[in-house]
Amino acid sequence: MVIALIALGLWLAPGSATVRHTFFNPADMWQSFIGDPKKGYYSVGSAIWLNIRMFVVAEVLILILSLVVAIVRLSAGPVMLPFRIVATVYVDVFRGIPTILVVYMLGFGLPALYLKVISTQSAAVYGVIALVLSYCAYVSEVYRAGINSVHRSQVMAARSLGLSGWTSMRHVILPQAIRNIIPPLLNDFISLQKDTALVSVLGAIEANRAAEIYSSAVFNYSSFVVAAILFLILTIPLARFTDRLIARDRARRLAGANQ
Amino acid sequence: MTEPLLRIDNVSKSFGANKVLDGITQSVMNNEVVCLIGASGSGKSTLLRCVNLLERINQGAIYLGGSLITGPNVNENLVRKHIGIVFQSYNLFPHMTVEKNVTLGPVKALGMSKAEAVGQARALLSRFGLAEKQHDFPDRLSGGQQQRVAIVRALAMRPRLLLLDEVTSALDPELVAEVLDVIRELAETGMTMIIATHEMGFAKEIADRVCFLEDGHIVESAPPAELFTDPEDERTRRFLRRIVDAGRM
Repeated sequence: MVIALIALGLWLAPGSATVRHTFFNPADMWQSFIGDPKKGYYSVGSAIWLNIRMFVVAEVLILILSLVVAIVRLSAGPVMLPFRIVATVYVDVFRGIPTILVVYMLGFGLPALYLKVISTQSAAVYGVIALVLSYCAYVSEVYRAGINSVHRSQVMAARSLGLSGWTSMRHVILPQAIRNIIPPLLNDFISLQKDTALVSVLGAIEANRAAEIYSSAVFNYSSFVVAAILFLILTIPLARFTDRLIARDRARRLAGANQ
Repeated sequence: MTEPLLRIDNVSKSFGANKVLDGITQSVMNNEVVCLIGASGSGKSTLLRCVNLLERINQGAIYLGGSLITGPNVNENLVRKHIGIVFQSYNLFPHMTVEKNVTLGPVKALGMSKAEAVGQARALLSRFGLAEKQHDFPDRLSGGQQQRVAIVRALAMRPRLLLLDEVTSALDPELVAEVLDVIRELAETGMTMIIATHEMGFAKEIADRVCFLEDGHIVESAPPAELFTDPEDERTRRFLRRIVDAGRM
């Protein structure tokens, strides 16, 4: 009802016709979706694959590396102190810098070093590295909160069985911590999916960049709407999938035998 | 004179300025059942945790079977394989089935094969009437059942000494008996146990020796027949009088 009223309001707005033409023009939307190599338009529909690839690679790296950062920050003892300091400084710095600046700095800085391998990668690779650096700082804090949310009595119970600190972490603490943080973790990953668009500033032809090229050629923004819709198609299933994951875990724990 | 299984020698433990254990000295012989009684905060739980090395003592020494288990060069994990502990709040692992709870320690800490650990778990679970619960998650069990699983989990490590920390205190009254039955059975099979408890009747029945703690001291240590009927120390008398007045004995 509310949505219908807002839609009606927009429809009746003075500039409605122009906006509909520049943002929701079906011909332009289709044209930008499939692209046109002859005119130099990239297909937004295929460019989104680069976003998906960057997202998947970055997500896997983030899941692993941020856990390492979290565990280092939670470690005890004087031996680990230098590592703890490094991890803490890293989190402070990269959580504080806007992701787009990290993308810029790595994307233009690393190639300028003229090093072998390091300076000869594609824009997408620098983009992924930048996203990983930026997101690991956030996600490591999510992990840390998750690990802290597991009650100390669970650690005691595990250690009392003669399990080492690491075995307790792996089999008792982490499985419970990860269950607790699935919703915030998902939140960060939806955010990451969208932020793959930032890599467009380095010239990588991903969906946002393809849409930009199209729109500046024909002076029509419908291509951006296409990109937006494609991002939605990616993020919404991920959200539903996570809901199901949580529900299934709950059902399993409360169900009877032989599940 | 035989060496005691556990020897606690002048042990003190403080949390900040709060001295919880103050020069505790006590020995426990093989097959002996020792009950610790005393008001909440008297140091019973802390003493058990110190024996299991879950808390680090500030002073004194603890020996298991004659070897020192406190100090800088002790492998805590190795010691804990020999000393089981059961907690007031069960502390089962909620993300694992009953069977996984019971086999985790033997497989990961003792290096037992999975098949052997599962076989042992099944035998122990059915011995304590939990056979059908094997594949359930802890959330599905009653408090009494959870606590019995926790005891089985500790027993699966085949400990030389079992510590029970107010294991019935969190239970509804009608569930206490089933847990006490398990402990009785263990005592009959000769398991060496230190039991911190508020169940005076049970302590009287099961203990070879009862220790009364107050303010981090063992005030009095005697067989239950003596300690409950003819306590020597005024503080013990006062404590027992309060218990009787509360209708708990």
